[in-house]
Amino acid sequence: MLFQLHEPGETPAPHESERGLAVGIDLGTTNSVVALARDGAAEVLRDRDGGGLVPSVVHYADDGAVVVGQDARRMLLEQPDHVVSSVKRLMGRGTEDLKTLAGTLPFKLDVAADGGMVRLAVAGRTLTPVEVSADILRALRIRAELAQGKSVDRAVITVPAYFDDGARTATKDAARLAGLEVLRLVNEPTAAALAYGLDNSSEGLYAVFDLGGGTFDVSILRMEKGVFQVRATGGDSALGGDDIDHAIAEHFLAERAAIHGEVAITEGEAKQALAAARVAKECLSGRQDGEWVIEVDGKPSRHALTRDRMEELAAPWIDRTAAICRAVIEDAGIEVADIQGVVLVGGSTRMPLVRRKVKEIFGREPLSDINPDEVVAVGAALQAEALTVGSDTLLLDVTPLSLGIETMGNIVEKVIPRNTPIPVAMAQEFTTYQDGQTAMSIHVVQGEREMVDQCRSLARFVLRGIPNMAAGAARIRVTFTVDADGLLTVSASEATTGVEQQVAVKPSYGLTEDEMAAMLRDSLVHAKDDMTSRLFAETVVEARRSVLAVQAALKVDSDLLSDAERQDIDVAILRVDQAIASNDRDAVTAAMESLEAATKIFAERRMDRGIRSALAGMTVEKLDDALGE
Amino acid sequence: MNVSAVAAVTSCWSCKGPVAARALFCSVCGAVQGPGAIDHYTRLGMSPSFDVDLDELQRQYFGFQRRLHPDRFAAKSGKEKALSQLQATALNEAYETLKDPLKRAAYLLGLRGHPVDLTACGTINDRELLMEQMEKREALAEATTPEQVAKLAMGNESEVIACQCHISAAFNAGNLDEAAHLTIRLKYLVKLAEEARAKKSRVIRTP
Repeated sequence: MLFQLHEPGETPAPHESERGLAVGIDLGTTNSVVALARDGAAEVLRDRDGGGLVPSVVHYADDGAVVVGQDARRMLLEQPDHVVSSVKRLMGRGTEDLKTLAGTLPFKLDVAADGGMVRLAVAGRTLTPVEVSADILRALRIRAELAQGKSVDRAVITVPAYFDDGARTATKDAARLAGLEVLRLVNEPTAAALAYGLDNSSEGLYAVFDLGGGTFDVSILRMEKGVFQVRATGGDSALGGDDIDHAIAEHFLAERAAIHGEVAITEGEAKQALAAARVAKECLSGRQDGEWVIEVDGKPSRHALTRDRMEELAAPWIDRTAAICRAVIEDAGIEVADIQGVVLVGGSTRMPLVRRKVKEIFGREPLSDINPDEVVAVGAALQAEALTVGSDTLLLDVTPLSLGIETMGNIVEKVIPRNTPIPVAMAQEFTTYQDGQTAMSIHVVQGEREMVDQCRSLARFVLRGIPNMAAGAARIRVTFTVDADGLLTVSASEATTGVEQQVAVKPSYGLTEDEMAAMLRDSLVHAKDDMTSRLFAETVVEARRSVLAVQAALKVDSDLLSDAERQDIDVAILRVDQAIASNDRDAVTAAMESLEAATKIFAERRMDRGIRSALAGMTVEKLDDALGE
Repeated sequence: MNVSAVAAVTSCWSCKGPVAARALFCSVCGAVQGPGAIDHYTRLGMSPSFDVDLDELQRQYFGFQRRLHPDRFAAKSGKEKALSQLQATALNEAYETLKDPLKRAAYLLGLRGHPVDLTACGTINDRELLMEQMEKREALAEATTPEQVAKLAMGNESEVIACQCHISAAFNAGNLDEAAHLTIRLKYLVKLAEEARAKKSRVIRTP
């Protein structure tokens, strides 16, 4: 491209070179990938052996050393109680949720920590899933820094489209702990579509079928001239290849028990059986049968398995994906025949059974010409470049799950239905049900079911100061705002008095600000420096924008100023530049205030001139033309 | 005094100079402006009619989002990010409203000074509509095979389309009472379609 045209307000950020690199990260259940895009082409950052996948496995040594990736996975069998894998399944989850996950988790939970967020007991330490994820992100950040020889401080991180608010917030918190500013959380299928669509310049309706280690997502997107509009999305945040590993491992253990009798299985033996099951599953994608060894009670046993039998074991899980796909097609308001292509994402889509199922559901051969393990990170990297350098592509995403509040009788009243485009703000009015009621408890939930206890609790807060009125007279307006990352803020106000309260939804099972602060202190030596430099960077962006605005105004209206006034402004601008160079945030803030003061009269005269010329008979339309629209 | 001319000019939050009230960006300093209180049609550059060309609507929506979506402002100051989020939110609301015939009809009635309340559930004043809906609902409840449900859904679907045609005609004739009456009817037809969809998946799941 020789040159690029930019709309006003759309010019790429200046001084981009001062910042560290911005990467794309696919933070997966089983494996993670980091990629970097330059000039619209993304590259996966690999290790010396050319491997792009970093196993999402963390080893915690007794001396406090943390190892992530292949080396940690190798320790899985030697020191199972020192290793954490599949931690993504616990992101944003509370102890309550564990009932549904019971028996499927490859690690020990700290049961003492009841209520609130789940905690893991590893190598004598107690860790939250956020901290473990932060360790993975830190390792990816270091991999990228070593590969590029430059610091990396910002990232687009992908999350399953079906992740709820709690899991999204947990992911953002983990990035913060790892010293990464999250430019945007992007849904995995959307990132994959971006990578795929740009590569093929496809247009029309596409489905993305994403079956990973621990999560399943399916999205229907419309691609058109660089716009990727998600029409509908659905999934299951606890369904993936891990479930099939478990089914196979249980099969092996049951066979063994039938021969050698029942014994209690240790954690290490269970992990070994799972590892064997995973190898079996992967091998059987390429061949018809094989034999695998598990070891229990010091006695190895051999287990033959055919692809047919393995597929029987996996079928119940794969059938669930079919039901979800049909529901999403329905939600998108389209017919199967309207879909022009199906993109496969996630390692589990390598299974022949999955490919057959996808073909059966969508009535066409799926597309898989991009490595399904890397396509999400590639899309994330492209989006990171789009956000920092600028791009013509645009992702328009939706809320995956309905958001609502609890009303009388534990019924959920939906405020934002699922598949609503984001960002979005919607309000609903509620009223009091008792005479003289002065407070109202507001319980925010996420999910599709009608009863509160079948949905996920996101937050609770109390709106106080409602005036004393008869039941049903107060008008309480609850507004839900979801930003482009899919994160929710809720505010409530009473219409007759204007009493207002606002809460950024810190999920019921999330970390509190205090916990986050403590973790930043503990885990990141340079946490304070990081925070200070972040704030400074933000202030500098602000200051540069103010200077540019004043300079633009001077270009048009400098005749409104006397030489002395003009000089005052020029000096004030110079002061701002000097303050930026001094690296002192307070100095920048002070210089900006001086600039504001020095330009006050100028601004007034410009407004006067603008209104006078409007009065001088310009029609509104002409004025619009004159003023840029 | 020319009040409308004065109202058409506001002050840019960034360079503090004059800017047209409806401008998306300041012509002097380029800063994004707030969404302002304009109707959904104006926001998307569409003419206010019930007959909306959905392809054109989508093109307009994409065009505005390309310029105003928060992703375009990721490296900008906090204020610009916040304003772009407000702009994108307003665009989404406008698009979602105009895309859907039921929401569009209700919105246009509001614009023309003849509001209908679609959220008020329950009481149908129209006896004829009431009887008709009760019969259809009964038929749906009694349906036991996917074929029966599909047949009912198809019948309902053609009524939805007919009803939309009648709404269009009523608006074009300036008959707002009739348009409002038909909009209420459309609401019940759409609701029945949703119920038929839910029933269909139930019938398929438990053969």
